[in-house]
Formats: sequence, structure tokens, C-alpha cells
Amino acid sequence: MEILSVQEVSYQYSDAEAEAVKGVSFGVEAGEFLAVLGHNGSGKSTMAKLFNALYQPTSGKILVNGMDTQDEARLWDIRSTCGMVFQNPDNQLVATIVEEDVAFGLENNGVEPGEIRRRVDEALKTVGMQDFADAAPHMLSGGQKQRVAIAGVLAMRPKIIVFDESTAMLDPSGREEVLNTVLRINREEGITIIWITHFMEEAARAGRVLVMDDGKIAMEGAPREVFTMVDRLKEMGLDAPPMEEMGRRLRAKGIPLKEGILTVEEMGAELCRLCLKN
Amino acid sequence: MLSNITVGQYFPGNSPVHRMDPRAKILLTVALIVLIFVAQGFVGYALIALFVLGVTRLSGINPKFLLKGLKPILFIIAFTLILNLFFYQGETVLVQLGFMRITLEGVYYAAYMAARLVLLVMSTQMMTLTTSPIALTDGLESLMKPLSRLGFPGHELAMMMSIALRFIPTLLEETDKIMKAQTARGADFESGNLINRAKAMVPLLVPLFVSAFRRADDLAMAMEARCYRGGNQRTRLKVLKFSKLDGYAALMTAGLCALVLLERLMPWA
Repeated sequence: MEILSVQEVSYQYSDAEAEAVKGVSFGVEAGEFLAVLGHNGSGKSTMAKLFNALYQPTSGKILVNGMDTQDEARLWDIRSTCGMVFQNPDNQLVATIVEEDVAFGLENNGVEPGEIRRRVDEALKTVGMQDFADAAPHMLSGGQKQRVAIAGVLAMRPKIIVFDESTAMLDPSGREEVLNTVLRINREEGITIIWITHFMEEAARAGRVLVMDDGKIAMEGAPREVFTMVDRLKEMGLDAPPMEEMGRRLRAKGIPLKEGILTVEEMGAELCRLCLKN
Repeated sequence: MLSNITVGQYFPGNSPVHRMDPRAKILLTVALIVLIFVAQGFVGYALIALFVLGVTRLSGINPKFLLKGLKPILFIIAFTLILNLFFYQGETVLVQLGFMRITLEGVYYAAYMAARLVLLVMSTQMMTLTTSPIALTDGLESLMKPLSRLGFPGHELAMMMSIALRFIPTLLEETDKIMKAQTARGADFESGNLINRAKAMVPLLVPLFVSAFRRADDLAMAMEARCYRGGNQRTRLKVLKFSKLDGYAALMTAGLCALVLLERLMPWA
């Protein structure tokens, strides 16, 4: 069954000249783990905000579990069905105590207190944060904060969860911790996951990958199929790590930097070596 | 340096005073404040002082904290004391200094006023020391609910307060980070005169404000995505409930009020 159906959808920011999303169509099956890959400005985050009616498409139609996102009467049903976890772990936690934050969505929907308690405890357990129920969010690590945010969405019993680059600001261990939690939710609870990212290695673990470029779908298929087309991905600026990019620009300015630098540490060491030489 | 700052002056504990419903604490504190203004004479004030000290004892909070809380208003107390001492128009002259004179009534009156201020601060402090800021916010929201029918934005105010409380540590952390980043680039926040130091704050405040606005934007979107639509149909995870404890506290406060008022009716008052 198709749980999310995107039909010829375009979106243009009111202050922009070009459309950010250009006539995109695709469907997502219930229980799928779909990764959406794309570099910055490819329109992937904008598209995500169309799924739960945070933005309204300029043209086209989106159906979430059969509900049209332009149907204002169903707005809260749509947002309860299609939850969203954002990029910055600090900017999406509302309450000063973990369990109250998890309860936030349920409180908004007017769920009765006893039921809130049950669902909050259950959601915290699912993400493995039950020991931190009384903690203050600012005392948690980035990965833990994102797990709390996931619990907050889970408590609302959604059918789909959209992750808008939710690991982009985390360190490698936090990224792993969050991705594993999400993979487990997908497997055990059968919740449909839409995982928006620019990390190739994360997309590789999805069931299906959608590559976006310039507001359009450039490629689609199983990770294995998509990742064999290295040249096309490179054309879309997808696999150049930032240090590689920086090295390229520095070399273009005439700095004799060696090639193949991938990490910040290597770059630092190389720059220091050059400085000392001069 | 900035990270271990605490908001408000909440002193965690598990005493009966801590366990009281925040609404009861707010209401009884208001009652106490009214009583302090109504009471006259040293017996009344002594009764109230005894009550405040008794509550302090019960809360397990070191009385030193109460005295520490008086420090910021020490100047005001001294000022009113001196002003009343010299300018109260009394009959019995004690000292005459040119056109200024100190009268016996003036001494009494000045002492009253000082005692009144000290008691006011101490009794409100009892509330803020034993109630977490977030419990206070919840209590206030709940108490202001009837006013929302008149269009008073009680829920919105409480939401703003709790978001502020949530983001104070985050913004402090960020301030710290920006300061370090600017120091690493040669900024100097510590030396120079007042004007230079104020100028040095500009490269700190501008990025801080920009990021605060970005955070507000993100948070608004995250709240909307989680079905936030104002306070009308909202329920709460933790429902405030009055307990026996609040009943006892109310009885004790009522008893104190009765004592103080009765004392005023006594022939010697």
C-alpha cells in the first residue's frame, strides 16, 4: 500500500526566483526505508516540509495515508500521521525535562493524562532513553537529544517519520546511535522512514535511494544500483568530502597542497607543514 | 565558566514545603504578603517572622540563604530606614540636628518599614527557594486560566517562560563558544575601560542574536510539526493536584492571619 504519494509537486519560496522543487512525483510504500540523497540546495529539505503540510505545494498534490495535505480540516491528523525529526537537536526540544518534551505532541492533541504517561514511557523505552526521563535536555549528548526528539514523534504513533538531515550535526558515534535506533523502529514497529541526508554511507543502509538534484529526482533505485554510477553522483557534487573540496580550491589559488586529503586533522597537519616550510 | 549557572534560586529538596503544590505556594505567599501589609506593631511582625522561620526550618533550607537573598535590597532597606528616621513628623524629639530631628515615633516607624521589607523578601524567597522555575510556571499558568476567558494570554506567557528557561543554558553555552572563538581570533573581552569593553561585546552579541533568531525559527517549525496550536485544547502530562499537605499549609497560614489580626484588636495594640 502506498502511504505517501507525491504527485507532480512543485514548490517556490515567495522570495526566490526559481522553484526549489520542480514537478516531483514518487510514492512510498508502507514500512519502507527510503533515503533521499542530495547536496545542499538540491531541494530535499524543502520537499520534506511539504510532506506534513509545513509548506503547501505551489502546484501538484501530496497524499499522506490518503489525506490531501491541502485539506486544512485534516491538518493535525496529517501532522500526527507524518512526524518529523529536524536537523538541529537543540532547536526542536521544547520542554525543560525530557519526559515533558516527549509528551509535548500528545499534550497538543489533547490526549488524556493517563494515556500520555503510558505512551511517553513506552516511547522513551523504544529509543532506550527511559533512564533519562527526568533529565534536562541540555545535559544530554547530541545523539541522545535526537533520540528524545524521535521519542517525541513516536509517542504520537505516526505511520511515517521524516528525518530531515537529523544526523548532520552529530559526531560519528551519535550518528551511528541515531541511525541504529531508526533502523530498529523501521524493522520492529513497521514505521515508514524517509531519511534525508547527504551522507552516502547512511543512504547505503536504506532499502531504496532517491537522489535529488536541482529540485528534481535525478536517480532512483536500490542503493547498490545508485552507487555504482559514481560519475553521475560526482557530477551532482555528492561524494566530494568537504576537505577534498577545500584542497581543490586551495590548489586552484596556487597553494601546493598534496592531493587526497579527507579529514580535518590531515588538512591541519598539511597546512602547518606548508607554513613551517615557508 | 558559564555552563554551571543555575536559573533562579531553586534549592532542590524533598521537604513538605518542596512537595507542596506550586499553586498553593503562590496563593499562600500572596496571602502572606497581604498580611505583612495589614499587620501593625511589633507583635504582629514577630508572629510573621516566627512563621517564616518555622517554614524555613521545615524546608530544610539553611537560613543563611534567606539572609543572602537580602543582600541586593540592603541598600533599599538602609535608604528607607534613614529617610523615615529623619523625615517622620513625630512628637517626642530625641535628637535635634539643626533643622533635622529624630523623633521616637520616627524610630518606631522606620523600624516597622525595615521589618516589613525584610519579611516581604524572606517570605517570597521561601517560595522561589523551594519551587523549581518550571513548577512555578505551571502553577502560574494554571492560576491564570480563568483570566484567559477575558482574553489574558496566560498560556502564551507560561509557554514563553518555559521556552526561555529551556534555552537559557543553550544560549549560555553558545555565548561561551562564541567568546572562545573570538578570543582565538584576537578579541579581548577583559581589559580596557568600560567603553572599550562594551565595544568588545559587539562581535559577541551580533552572532548570538543572529543565532537566537535562527533557533526561534527552527523551534517554531518543530512545534508546528508536533501539532502545537495554542493552549485551548491542551492537556498536560503532569496534572497539578492539591494534597493534604496544601490543606495543612493553608490552615497554618489562616491561623497566622487570625493571630495577627486578633492581636491588632487587643487593648494594648
